[in-house]
Amino acid sequence: MNAICGISPEMHLEVTMLFEEYGRLLDEDRLEDWTALFMPDCLYEIISRENVEQNLPLSLMLCDSRDMLDDRVYSLREANVFNIHYDCHIIGPVRVTAQDGAWTATAAYSLFQSIQAGETRLFSVGRYHAELKRVDGVLRIAKMRVLVDTGAILTLLATPI
Amino acid sequence: MTAPAGADALSRYTFPAADCSRIPYGMYRDPDVFELEQERIFRGPIWNYLALEAEIPNPGDYRLIEVGDTPVIVNRARDGSLHALVNRCSHRGAEVQRNLHGNTKVHTCCYHQWSFDLTGKLIGVPFQKGIKGVGGLPADFDKACHNLQRLRVETMNGAIFGTFCEETPPLEEYLGPVFTHQVKRLFHKPVKVLGYQRQRIFGNWKLYTDNLRDPNHGGLLHMFQITFGIARLSGTGGARVDADGKHNLSWAAQGGRTDQDGASDGGYAGTDRGDMNIKLKDPSLLRYHKEFPDNLTLAVTSLFANAALQQIGNTLAVRQLRPRSADEFEIVSTFFGYEDDDEAMTRHRLRKANLAGPAGLVSMEDGEAVELVHRAIVRDMDKHSIVEFGGRGPVTDQENLISDVPMRGFWIYYCKLMGIRAGETA
Repeated sequence: MNAICGISPEMHLEVTMLFEEYGRLLDEDRLEDWTALFMPDCLYEIISRENVEQNLPLSLMLCDSRDMLDDRVYSLREANVFNIHYDCHIIGPVRVTAQDGAWTATAAYSLFQSIQAGETRLFSVGRYHAELKRVDGVLRIAKMRVLVDTGAILTLLATPI
Repeated sequence: MTAPAGADALSRYTFPAADCSRIPYGMYRDPDVFELEQERIFRGPIWNYLALEAEIPNPGDYRLIEVGDTPVIVNRARDGSLHALVNRCSHRGAEVQRNLHGNTKVHTCCYHQWSFDLTGKLIGVPFQKGIKGVGGLPADFDKACHNLQRLRVETMNGAIFGTFCEETPPLEEYLGPVFTHQVKRLFHKPVKVLGYQRQRIFGNWKLYTDNLRDPNHGGLLHMFQITFGIARLSGTGGARVDADGKHNLSWAAQGGRTDQDGASDGGYAGTDRGDMNIKLKDPSLLRYHKEFPDNLTLAVTSLFANAALQQIGNTLAVRQLRPRSADEFEIVSTFFGYEDDDEAMTRHRLRKANLAGPAGLVSMEDGEAVELVHRAIVRDMDKHSIVEFGGRGPVTDQENLISDVPMRGFWIYYCKLMGIRAGETA
């Protein structure tokens, strides 16, 4: 057991692999597989530092169930028009803590977006704050709050962070 | 008197039609036009939306905003009065207040510690008289001549507006009856700020004011509501304008006409658009709790030139347009509910905020559309965009959504303020 946060190396590796999968599924545009990482009664929220620091509740994106998350992905596929781009998530080291059977994981991220012609821009930086639960032996996301430092969204925010 | 920067830019472009049914691309790309707009539009005889009183409720509260590209402090003085001050030290031109928001007794510039009270009056200059008669400012330096530049301020139901220009008519006259009603409708009781959203769009700010005045694109570009069978272009809706045509209300209402497009009259024929009759897994997002005496479910009020008031269902916000250059602007949206909302209503508004803003299921496309136009009009600046949906000629209220007439209203007023003579032919 890791004396610092009560997490074994195996558990830490498992969470790290979940974050790796999370970023990779988004980057590979496998959004339907990405939503499957969440629990049915999950919360997914992207909120700006500006609002968090003022105790203001407004998000940029808020899905309070996997159904709502699926609807957003479905809307992206069928209805929405957005800038054609490729995402590249660089997710930093994950810090994991355990409390009362719930695991909390935080990590910083950078999200780069590239256009078809190969030009890249830094689209967003911030931090993931996740609550994870084990369901039927598999680690799932109960809650994912994405705290974005880049509150001034460049062009638009279509694909999830 | 010398001509303002960029004045000769206007001679580069022609508006061939007096009804502004043709807009030269150069008006969106030319940096000299942008310079001139700062003087003649944003500092001209218009009221700019600044902030909400609810954002600065207490004496000493302030918030930084921009009017055009000018940095401005909006604050409440000790006596409760509201002031808008250019955030630029009268000494060396530094930003005086650096915090985005807060509460203070004075605004002190960090560079040489000049300080200003909340009415903009210069009250402190360290070492004004030097030390023991050595150094300092000349004896005839008059502090009273070096206050922060002030904007004139008026409020309506808690919405604060400001103008740089002495000739701007009173706010209510500037808004006219239709838009006075719209401001009072949205702010009919005290509001509670829920948060901010910001969006940077790499295109000209007028492509966005055009977009706001173009109901026609709603059911063609924004397909969320149509894909999920909620609304369509043939629904009950339209646009209202004021006597000048400068402001616009795009509206849609509950009930009224249904399926009269697509299959029946071929409205969507030749496109891959149309009702796909698909249902959301969680349709609660679309529920509307009626909260206004009228039947409007969508009311987006665009006020010339920097503001839009938004009611999309129960999602309420005011958007402030901040042009940064000819090629970039920011939209800062302040979302709000009402002070007497219960927890469930606040929750409902926060969920429905998914529909609007930079990640809005209904509206995200606007950022892309603006940039698509801005990129492609880089050359051939004297070619024109076409504005003829809903017909040519006078700018009037529209009783349907297949119209971009209000866009022409904006441009006619814009040309008037800019000193552009539009067309001989129309």
